[in-house]
Amino acid sequence: MKIRSLLSTILAAVAALGLAACSEEKKPAAAPAAAPAPAKPEPLKIGFVYVGPVGDAGWTFAHDLGRKAIEARFGDRIKTTYVEKVPEGPDAERVIRDLVAQGNKLVFATSFGFGDSMAKVAKDHPDVFFEHATGFKTAPNLRVYEGRFYEDAYLAGVMAGLMTKTNTLGFVASFPIPEVLRNINAYTLGAQSVNPKVKTKVVWVSAWFDPPKETEAAMSLIDQGADVLLQNTDSTAVLQAAEKRGKYAFGWDSDMSAVAPKAHLGSCVLNWGVYYEKAVGEVLAKTWKTEETKWGIKEGVNDFVKIPEFVPAEVKKKVEEAKAFLVANPGAVFRGPITDNTGKVVLQKDQVADDKWKGEVNFYVKGVEGKVPSGK
Amino acid sequence: MIRLEVRSTPSRLASALSPLAALLFTVAVAGLIFWALGKDPVRGLKVFLWEPLHGTRGLTELGLKATPLTLCALGLTVCFRSNVWNIGAEGQYLMGAIGGGGLALWFTNAGLDVGRWGFFPLLLLAGALAGAAWAAVVALLRDRFNASEILVSLMLVYVANLFLTWLVFGPWKDPKGFNFPQTTSFAAFTEVPRLVPGMRLHLGYPVALLLAVAVWVFMFRTHRGLQLQVGGPAPLAARYAGFSARAALWMVLLGSGALAGVAGAFEAAGPMGQLTPHVSMGYGFTAIIVAFVGRLHPLGAVLSSLLLAVFVIGGELAQSRIGLPAALSGIFQGVLLFSLLACDTLINHRVRWGGSRGR
Repeated sequence: MKIRSLLSTILAAVAALGLAACSEEKKPAAAPAAAPAPAKPEPLKIGFVYVGPVGDAGWTFAHDLGRKAIEARFGDRIKTTYVEKVPEGPDAERVIRDLVAQGNKLVFATSFGFGDSMAKVAKDHPDVFFEHATGFKTAPNLRVYEGRFYEDAYLAGVMAGLMTKTNTLGFVASFPIPEVLRNINAYTLGAQSVNPKVKTKVVWVSAWFDPPKETEAAMSLIDQGADVLLQNTDSTAVLQAAEKRGKYAFGWDSDMSAVAPKAHLGSCVLNWGVYYEKAVGEVLAKTWKTEETKWGIKEGVNDFVKIPEFVPAEVKKKVEEAKAFLVANPGAVFRGPITDNTGKVVLQKDQVADDKWKGEVNFYVKGVEGKVPSGK
Repeated sequence: MIRLEVRSTPSRLASALSPLAALLFTVAVAGLIFWALGKDPVRGLKVFLWEPLHGTRGLTELGLKATPLTLCALGLTVCFRSNVWNIGAEGQYLMGAIGGGGLALWFTNAGLDVGRWGFFPLLLLAGALAGAAWAAVVALLRDRFNASEILVSLMLVYVANLFLTWLVFGPWKDPKGFNFPQTTSFAAFTEVPRLVPGMRLHLGYPVALLLAVAVWVFMFRTHRGLQLQVGGPAPLAARYAGFSARAALWMVLLGSGALAGVAGAFEAAGPMGQLTPHVSMGYGFTAIIVAFVGRLHPLGAVLSSLLLAVFVIGGELAQSRIGLPAALSGIFQGVLLFSLLACDTLINHRVRWGGSRGR
């Protein structure tokens, strides 16, 4: 009997809540209509969904610099909001829906794992524009954008190939997805372009941001003889580890030169503001249309910067030459012949890789040691 | 000076009031933090605690978020009451997601359309079995080798996580997914039936509520439940009464594993609709807080999982509405647990003013 009365109480409570909810639902819709018409047009509301904390370096920090760039550029014509540390999974959908409910007409989601959530919300809101970084699913109101990060990795490789004493490079890698494998391969190809003897060792940490693991991975690479390290993870841990052990490393995603003045050979930085200005401009001018944007050094989305004073002038010159080549030939890091590390030719002589090729990279190029985890 | 004095019997009133006092204290701390960050505390609290309850979408999202928390916390409630310290609900949750998600994937690939209502019981079963199987490892090692269930269950979380990672990077990877770590999207019929049109709340929540009532009946209205509760804190007395500690160990571990597994299966075939490395947001770990804030009581778990769901969703809203940092949700969870532990002192102690002042 007790159970029954309890149940009915719960049911009654749920019903009451539900009713209250229904009656409340209508109120917010009525409110804006009652407001007097503003003198000048409402600012375009723009929402950003970040995967990490903004912090002071790395991937999300770089996106937030982009957000600040459009705020500076467009002033009171726009109003930006961001939600940080959004987990990749079902939570993202709620955050995106809520941003839309708040009146944001342009939504940027800055991690691969937000793709499905973006696609679901985009379908329900044809009047809102959605922009998904590093994704591949598009719709009439959902488009994707990406940097050619591997160009930076290639330039870091050129630098590493000239600065290494052991001819062994190290790479601290996050997850074996095409983007990361492209970076490992580009790093190695860049180094081999100036120093054919170079080998690259890879340690996977299965995380985008995990400073203790990144440190451990960096230390183990150094223990195996690697003396110039690059990473595809998001913290400054690898640089700090290299600084401590007297080796070299690079900044990734944002300028990390301040972290390790002796170890830092340059930073692979992202300037998302360049793309965000284009996207916001298109929405304001009503010329936005769905497409896939892959910008790189030429367009200014990514760059290799802050080469320190102590780097010999001829090394610096070689890096500048490689950069000039990439500006003239965007994305030309992957030119045939390229063989994978089992000896199979993956790109024929004189061919330049197309987007499909780059999207399906699941191998190491010759010179990278080991096997891609569960890559088959 | 303030002095603590041991009570002769634990105070029932203090036990009931402790969570409320802890909540009030947390709210006060929250208000202070808002104020220190230069935000209006009243508006901050409103966004954080009230906004998530706003409207049909808010309430259904709350239920959706509370579903895995409730299910995991129910199992932990039984475990902790029986003095079995299963810290690894997260791992059992992940295995449930793999079991349920794997079944959905199999039916999808085989084109076996059994309909939403036909698939639901199978999903439930798959999740429960997978979660229970994972917990059985803990029970076996504890039973046969007296291995600490705390360490074993915790370490199995990492094993389950790596197993999931291996599956989505390897054999279960979507062949058309550009090498990205995810399975194919499950067919529509595998989705847990939704309750409100256009909202993501699904049948899992009422199931969780029913299970909460069932756990309550089991714990407080059956002989078995009594055995567990006696056997936990007083194993010798239980043995004297002829209750089997081994049976209790197996029962609570399998039961809590099954509940966590069901939670994982619901999440995989519910709002996700595919497996990725990000099936869990740490629900299995958060559920430990839920269980304690809920006074290790099944109905308390229902309420406290809603409360923690409010914290999570409120934290997101506080970011997008008033630009507060994301770390606040975690801070409030921590403050709540700490103040609860502090308030719990009053269950077995009473406060005396004065006394040892003359020093």
